[in-house]
Amino acid sequence: MLEIKNLHASVEDKEILKGINLKVNAGEVHAIMGPNGSGKSTLAEVIAGQEEFEVGEGTILLDGEDLEELSPEERAHKGVFLSFQYPVEIPGVSVTNFMKTAINESRKAQGLEDMPANEMLKKIREKSELLEIDRKFLSRSLNEGFSGGEKKRNEIFQMAMMEPKLAILDETDSGLDIDALRIVANGVNKLRGKDNAIIVITHYQRLLEYIVPDFVHVLYDGKIVKSGTKELALELEEKGYDWLKQEAAV
Amino acid sequence: MAYTEEELKKELETKEYEYGFYTDIESDTFPKGLNEDIVIAISKKKEEPDWMTLWRLEAFRAWKEMKEPEWANVTYKKPDFQDISYYSAPNKKPKYDSLDEVDPELLDTFKKLGISIDEQKKLAGVAVDIVMDSVSVATTFKKTLAEKGIIFCSISEAIKEHPELVKKYIGTVVPKKDNFYAALNSAVFSDGSFCYIPKGVRCPMELSTYFRINQAGTGQFERTLVVADEGSYVSYLEGCTAPSRDENQLHAAVVELIALDNAEIKYSTVQNWFPGNKEGKGGVFNFVTKRGLCEKNAKISWTQVETGSAVTWKYPSCVLKGDNSIGEFYSIAVTNNFQQADTGTKMIHLGKNTKSTIISKGISAGQSQNSYRGLVQVSSRAENARNFSQCDSLLMGNRCGAHTFPYIEVKNKSAQIEHEATTSKIGEDQIFYCNQRGIDTEKAIALIVNGFSKEVLNKLPMEFAVEAQKLLEISLEGSVG
Repeated sequence: MLEIKNLHASVEDKEILKGINLKVNAGEVHAIMGPNGSGKSTLAEVIAGQEEFEVGEGTILLDGEDLEELSPEERAHKGVFLSFQYPVEIPGVSVTNFMKTAINESRKAQGLEDMPANEMLKKIREKSELLEIDRKFLSRSLNEGFSGGEKKRNEIFQMAMMEPKLAILDETDSGLDIDALRIVANGVNKLRGKDNAIIVITHYQRLLEYIVPDFVHVLYDGKIVKSGTKELALELEEKGYDWLKQEAAV
Repeated sequence: MAYTEEELKKELETKEYEYGFYTDIESDTFPKGLNEDIVIAISKKKEEPDWMTLWRLEAFRAWKEMKEPEWANVTYKKPDFQDISYYSAPNKKPKYDSLDEVDPELLDTFKKLGISIDEQKKLAGVAVDIVMDSVSVATTFKKTLAEKGIIFCSISEAIKEHPELVKKYIGTVVPKKDNFYAALNSAVFSDGSFCYIPKGVRCPMELSTYFRINQAGTGQFERTLVVADEGSYVSYLEGCTAPSRDENQLHAAVVELIALDNAEIKYSTVQNWFPGNKEGKGGVFNFVTKRGLCEKNAKISWTQVETGSAVTWKYPSCVLKGDNSIGEFYSIAVTNNFQQADTGTKMIHLGKNTKSTIISKGISAGQSQNSYRGLVQVSSRAENARNFSQCDSLLMGNRCGAHTFPYIEVKNKSAQIEHEATTSKIGEDQIFYCNQRGIDTEKAIALIVNGFSKEVLNKLPMEFAVEAQKLLEISLEGSVG
């Protein structure tokens, strides 16, 4: 589904991604781990089309289609979803209104009519129950005054609403207490299917106890230095990243 | 298709539009310049009674001694008042025979705003079929209003038909010497509207569609007088979301509202005059004096959405004279390109237990300057006066400005005054967040701006709110990116 080949990206002439290769098939969950500043969030945003980054060499293919020329919204219409590490506030725009706009814009791009109101309501009810969200919460302004945990839960709620083909969760676990983590992970697991794929970016092994990945990759200094199965995450938890840094330096 | 200033300009060119001080040379146009003879001639032309002529003359004499105010945070080339023709008979001849002849881009804008075909015709200057719907609607409206004893007509008609009412109230809230532009307006006002709601009557409709249809093409010195008698209620809508063009660069209107004991007036405005082109050339100067007087337990709410004009100078105010009276001001002012707006309100608390609320939302884009200027004054007799003010500014890009000038004068210790102000910017991160959810940049800006303006949009009557929302989107199209 997603194929990244020799991807280089920089911001203000500083190279951050230095040749990433990654292949994600439908039905798979990949975890990307790595120390601070290794380029995890950059990778997520480059896939989503953040124009702040200059993509030098390399290609990103989604179902064989090169994403390079596509705007962030076009990528979203093709089923790319990013759960932000730091979701922004939009005062005066309710969660419901925002979701309605987002869903209908994507439908418009696919030549579909707006989603009928009753269908929308049904979906909202279903997905908010899945994530144990109080519906009063949905009429509040997007992310305004939300706690860290509420913001993350709201991101996963949006993911559930949009039903993306490829979801990238950027440190969705940070700021979540153990109960919220369980709820969010449970939500994500319900969305796993044979036709979609999930990339989980995290610092810690903890989240991966709940969302069990098929593959784990370690990103260090803009490159994937090690890949493995879920056992690799445990090894990292135990040994830290230093041994990999040394390995990478060799 | 994006509707930009550039396209508006093109549209104007194709319509052989000329801004500046050009007026069609028709037999009914007065020579340029202003003196007592011209003032008398205007009054004669309108067949006004002597008291009105004298009133105008007094205003003119006062105006001659006054200086154009310079304290506002705007810069512009001062108009030459002797280079303006102060009277020209309204052009009754339709410009086109059918909508097919009208610039399709203009029609496109009308469509975006959701304006009905009949209104489109009227606004574009197309000959109107006598059996068209809006005429019969207007007639029905008139009948309903008449049954309730509501008077709603042009101010010229009111001066002739209801002189006792006009004489009693005109100039009582905005005295003819109030300020430079108000004095000029008092001397030369061309026309405008008059509205009287009798005691205890609740006006059964928003005075909107009727008003809008009938006001297309109103002159540059409008005069409006609304009187709500004891215990009555009226909601009055002024202006139009459709882009208004006018040959006159200078607009100096006066609006006076009088809410007698227990009466309520809601006055909503959408202003969309030609703002000048992308380089800041041309555009209307809008210098307006709007003020309302509240007697006991009365309430006046001003709601305005200002998107047009090159220069706006406007402070809809409330004089809270009666005990327990309430004044409200809800405003959205959008400036783009080189537009300048200095707008706000004055809340004058004279009576006991008077309350006022000010919510102002300024949105600046391009290289525009947007200022809020507001005065909250509490007199020594105004026990327990309360005010809440909130001024929020939203900036787009790095070259525009937002300014807030709040003045608070309190002479009574029991007063409670609150003032809150915020300034924010539409961030790249907000746009990217929306983009990532499949919402393109233009739609994202519209969403953010509408969210920002929500508290004020909610105060507009429903039909107007929908149009105003679309207008905000159109006004800011192409301003980021």
